[in-house]
Amino acid sequence: MLLKDLSPLASPLSEPQLKALQQATAELSPAQAAWVSGYLYGVSQNTDVAVQPAAAPASKLTILYASQTGNAKGVAEELLDSAQQQGISAELFNVADYKPKNLKQETHLLIVSSTNGEGEPPDDALAFHEFLASKKAPKLPNLKYSVLALGDSSYEFFCQTGKDFDERLAALGAECVVPRVDCDVDYDDDAAAWGKSALAKVQETLEQASASVVTLPVAGASSHNFSKKNPLEAELGLSQKITGRDSAKDVRHVEIDLGDSGLTYQPGDALGVWFDNDPALVAQILQRLELDAASEVSVGEETLSLEQALITKLELTQTPGNFVEFWAELSDSKKLQKICADKDALREYAANHQVIDVLLEKKAKLDPQQLVDALRKLSPRLYSIASSQSEVDSEVHLTVGVVRYQQGEQGRLGGASGFLAERAEDAANVRVFVEHNDNFRLPADPITPVIMIGPGTGIAPFRAFMQERDAQDAEGDNWLFFGDQTFTQDFLYQVEWQGYLKSGLLTRLDLAFSRDQAEKIYVQDRLREQGEELFAWLERGAHLYICGDANRMAKDVHQALLEIIAEYGKQSVEQAEEYLKSLRTAKRYQKDVY
Amino acid sequence: MSANKLIVEGKLADNERLKSESNFLRGTIEQDLQDRITGGFTADNFQLIRFHGMYQQDDRDIRAERAKQKLEPLHNVMLRARMPGGIITPKQWLAIDKFADDKTMYGSIRLTTRQTFQFHGVLKPNIKLMHQTLNSIGIDSIATAGDVNRNVLCTSNPVESELHQEAYEWAKKISEHLLPKTRAYAEIWLDGEKLEGGDEEPILGSTYLPRKFKTTVVIPPQNDVDVHANDLNFVAIADNGKLVGFNVLVGGGLAMTHGDTSTYPRRADDFGFIPLEHTLAVAEAVVTTQRDWGNRVNRKNAKTKYTLDRVGIDTFKREVERRAEVAFEVSRPYEFTERGDRIGWVEGIDGKHHLTVFIENGRLLDYPGKPLKTGIAEIAKIHKGDFRMTANQNLVIAGVSKAQKAKIQALAEQHGLIDPSHSEQRVNSMACVAFPTCPLAMAEAERYLPGLVTEVEGLLAKHDLAAEENIILRVTGCPNGCGRAMLAEAGLVGKGPGKYNLYLGGNRAGTRVPKMFRENIGEQQILAELDELIGLWAKQREAGEAFGDYVIRAGIVKEVKVSVRDFYD
Repeated sequence: MLLKDLSPLASPLSEPQLKALQQATAELSPAQAAWVSGYLYGVSQNTDVAVQPAAAPASKLTILYASQTGNAKGVAEELLDSAQQQGISAELFNVADYKPKNLKQETHLLIVSSTNGEGEPPDDALAFHEFLASKKAPKLPNLKYSVLALGDSSYEFFCQTGKDFDERLAALGAECVVPRVDCDVDYDDDAAAWGKSALAKVQETLEQASASVVTLPVAGASSHNFSKKNPLEAELGLSQKITGRDSAKDVRHVEIDLGDSGLTYQPGDALGVWFDNDPALVAQILQRLELDAASEVSVGEETLSLEQALITKLELTQTPGNFVEFWAELSDSKKLQKICADKDALREYAANHQVIDVLLEKKAKLDPQQLVDALRKLSPRLYSIASSQSEVDSEVHLTVGVVRYQQGEQGRLGGASGFLAERAEDAANVRVFVEHNDNFRLPADPITPVIMIGPGTGIAPFRAFMQERDAQDAEGDNWLFFGDQTFTQDFLYQVEWQGYLKSGLLTRLDLAFSRDQAEKIYVQDRLREQGEELFAWLERGAHLYICGDANRMAKDVHQALLEIIAEYGKQSVEQAEEYLKSLRTAKRYQKDVY
Repeated sequence: MSANKLIVEGKLADNERLKSESNFLRGTIEQDLQDRITGGFTADNFQLIRFHGMYQQDDRDIRAERAKQKLEPLHNVMLRARMPGGIITPKQWLAIDKFADDKTMYGSIRLTTRQTFQFHGVLKPNIKLMHQTLNSIGIDSIATAGDVNRNVLCTSNPVESELHQEAYEWAKKISEHLLPKTRAYAEIWLDGEKLEGGDEEPILGSTYLPRKFKTTVVIPPQNDVDVHANDLNFVAIADNGKLVGFNVLVGGGLAMTHGDTSTYPRRADDFGFIPLEHTLAVAEAVVTTQRDWGNRVNRKNAKTKYTLDRVGIDTFKREVERRAEVAFEVSRPYEFTERGDRIGWVEGIDGKHHLTVFIENGRLLDYPGKPLKTGIAEIAKIHKGDFRMTANQNLVIAGVSKAQKAKIQALAEQHGLIDPSHSEQRVNSMACVAFPTCPLAMAEAERYLPGLVTEVEGLLAKHDLAAEENIILRVTGCPNGCGRAMLAEAGLVGKGPGKYNLYLGGNRAGTRVPKMFRENIGEQQILAELDELIGLWAKQREAGEAFGDYVIRAGIVKEVKVSVRDFYD
C-alpha cells in the first residue's frame, strides 16, 4: 500500500503524523525508501536507536534573559508574568541554562539582554552569543522573535549585545515581529511598552501556529559502510582543552562533524581515529638516520616516498619490543642488548620509549626499505564516544587525554592524541570510523537505574549516556562516580554535570580527587563509603558500568565492589564473585576499559 | 511627622527575605561545605557568608577561559578579619602569614581601607581551617561584611599613645557592643555546640540592618579613617591629653550606582557632643534608629545617609536622643588637617618608637627584589610591640624600644619596606582591590594604580611642581567605593574595562565630596586631562593652594556642599 492512499482511520497514526510521513516520503528514491523502511523497522525493534522522531514542536513562547546585574532578569520575569496572565504558554530561561540547539524547535522567542562595559555579552550569555555567531547556528525560518536591549548610553557600544542577537537571528532567517528597543539606564517605561507590543504579536501568531506539523528526520542518501579500511574523512570542529591551566594533564574535548555521511553511532560505541605522524618527528628520524626523505619504499602493495611512509603508514609513537631488539642488534648497543635480555625490562622500556628514542640510543646505518620493514604498520586509535546523536546530531565528541611527556631534553607527544590536539585543526580532516560496542549499552528500560564509574577520561561514555537519557526523558536514577587529580583543574565537564544535577537527570555524583588532601582518595574509596546505598541500588536492578584504566582502576573498583557486596549482602567472597558474575551475564555489569 | 515618612512601605528587597529566612545567619552554609560538586556557595548562602566576613569571588582573569574548559569559575573566598583599630600582635601576624602562604591562591596578605587584613583566594575545603586558625590566635571575621556594623576603625596615632589607647579601647567596645549575637559563626566554623533556639539580636534585630553600616573613632587632626565615608563617627575630644567625650557625626557614605541619581556620596552630619559614658548608648541608638527607619524596600537607598535625607536630620537626631536618653551638647571645636600616614619613624610621648611603612596598594607579597611579606614576618619574629594596620592600607610597627630600633630598621631596609624612592604622590595615592578577584569591579584599580602614579609623578615634574607637592589620587574599581575615590582631590571610579569617571575637588582633609568632571574616559584621556589641569594649577595656584581647592576656586568643577542637591547639579 502506498502512503498517499492511507487514511488516518486505517492507520495508528494521527492525521498530522500521517501528513508528515507522507510529506517526508513523497520525494524518496526507491533506494532511499528501502533504507527508510529498514530504519523504521529498527525503530520498532529497538528503543535504543540514536535518532528518534522529533516531538511536535510545542506551541509556546520562550523568553531568554542575559543579565549581568539582575535588571534583565527582572524585566524578563515580569514579561513571563504578563504572558501567563494573557494565557500565553511561556517558559523563561537564563540564557546560560538554555540549550542553543533547541532554537530550531522554537517558534516564538523574546530576548531581554544587557550588555557589558565595552560591548561584550554578559558572562552568562557568552556561550549563546558565540553559538549564534558560529557556523553551528541553524537556520531559523520558523522563528518569530523580538529583542529588548538594556544598556547605558554613556558607553560607546550601547546595547551592543542586544543588537548582536537581533542581527544574528535575522541573518539566520528568523522574523523580527516587533523592532528591537534599546533602553538606557532608565529602562522601565521603554521595557514595559516593548513587552506589551511583543506579547500582543506573540499572542496573535501563536494561535495561528498551534496547528503545526510533525517533522520526521529524513536521513540523507545513506551509504554508511564506513569501516576501519574505509574511514570517513570528517571535519574536525573543535579541539578544546578542558583541564584548567594549572592541571598536570592536557585533556581535550574534541568535536568531529560527520556531516551528511549517514555514519551513525550509539552511546557506548567507540570512534576509530586514523592519524598522521608529526612531520617534525619524521624529519628528526630521517636526520638521525641520514636517510633521504624522497627515497622510494614499498609498504605492502604501495610504493611511496620514505617520508610519506613514515608520516602516514608506519607506527612511530608506539614501539614494539621486536623493534628494540632489531635496533639493539643493528647498532650493537650494549644498553639495549641488556634490556632485551630481560622480558620485563624490555616491555617496560618499549612502553615508555618512542621509535626516535630507540634510534637515539646508538647510531647505526640502514637502508630505507630496511627501516620500513622493521617498523609496525600504523593502526588507528579507539576512543570511547562522549556524545549521543540525539543531542549532537551529526557530531561526534571525544574526550582525549593528550599523551605528553619529556624524554630527557625533548618533548614527546602521543600519536593520535598529539594529532588531535596539535595538528588536526590545521589538517581540518580526520579519518574516522565507528567501532560498535554492544557490550556497553544503556539498559533498554529507561526506568532502570544506572551506576557509572568513570575516572579520568573514562568519563567519556557516561557523557554520552546522560545525553541519551536526557533526550529519552528516561526516568531511571543515574549515579556517577568520577575522580581525577584535583577539583579545581581536572573536573572534566564540571558545568555539564552540575547542570544535570540541577535538572534532576543525574541523581547522585560522587567525586574523588586524589591530590586535594594529604591522603590519596580514589573512586573505589568513594564506592566503599557509599557501599550500603550502592548495594541497595544493585538490589533494585541497577546496571553498573566502568570505564577507564584497565590496569589499576578497574581492578581496584572490582575489588571494592566485591567487598561491598560481601558486606552489605552478607555474603562470602565467593558468593560475591558469583553475584558479580551473574550481573555480568545479565549484562548488568559492563566494562569499557583500556 | 507621619509614620509613613519614617518607614518606607512596599515590597521588601529580596535580601530582607534571605535574612529573615536565614535562622540568624545560618542558612544552609553547613550543607554547602559538604557539597563537593561546586567550589562555590549556593543560593542565599552566597550572601549569608558575607555576614561571617567572607565574599565569594573567582579569578576573573580566567573566567572566560574556564567557561570554554567546561569548568565553573575558579570559586574561592576572600576573608576580611575583624580587627577593631587594626591592631595585631606579632604572634598573630606570624600565624596569618603562614596561612596566607600555605592555603591561599595568591599567597598574599592584603591590608585594606577597613583597617584590617584580607586573605584572597581560599578554596572551600580550607575555609573552616581558616576560621579555626584565626580563632586559635584570637581573631574572628564576624560581621566584617553584610548588613551589620562592620569593622570599627580607629585613627592610627602612635604618638599620643595614651589618647590612642583610650580611643582604641572605645573602638573595641563599640565593635563588641554592636556585634551580632547569633551563635551561627561558632557553630558553623568552629564546630561549636548546637543549642536549640534561643538566638536573639537585641540591637540588630532578626533581620539585621537594612544595609552595611560603618563606624569609626577618629582622633583629630588626623582624618586617616575618612569619617565622611562612614555612617557613624566618634570624634575624640581631649582635654589635656585625656579623652573626655566625642562629637558624633552621622550619615557619611560614598557608595552610589552609576546612572542612578537617587544615589550619591554624602558627608556625615555633626549631631553634637556627648560625654564618654553615653558612647555605647548613642552608638546603639543610631544603629537601632537606622535599623527601624532605613529603607528595606530599595537597597540602593538603604544606607543611613539616605535615611537622614529622607526623614530629616533633626528628626533622626531627636530619635537618637530619645532612644539613648541623652541630649547632644553643642559640638566641641576640632579640626581635621590631613589624612595621610606619617611614613617613617616617630617617637611617642611614652618614649617608644614607631615605624610606619608604606605598602603600595596594601598588598603584602614577596615581589622580585622586594620581599615585603617576608620582611614583615622577619620583623614579627623579633618585634616586642604590636603592628597597626592603617586605614590608608599601610602598616605601623609600633612600640619599638630604643634598643631594637636599629635591628628593625635594618630588617625593613633589607626587605624593601623602607624605600626612599616612594614619592609623596605615591604615598598619597590609593586603590581598592578590584580585578582579578572582586566580583563587583568594573575596571582595574590595584593593578592600574602604580603605573598611573608614575605617570602623574611625571606630570608634576613636567609642570615644575616641587617634590613634596602631590594630589590625593584614588582609584576605585566600581561605584561602591572601597577605594574612597569620592573623597579624593582626583578620584577615578571604574565604569568598564579601561574606562573611568573622573571626579575632582575633594580636599586634603577629606571633608568635601568631589564632583564629576569627565565621564567614561580611557587612560590616555585621563592623562591628557590631568596634564592640562596640573598645568593650570601650577600656573594659577595661590600660595600653598591644594589641587582640590584650586579646581573649585577656578570654577573647573562646582563645589559639592550638600550632596543631595549639588552632586548631580
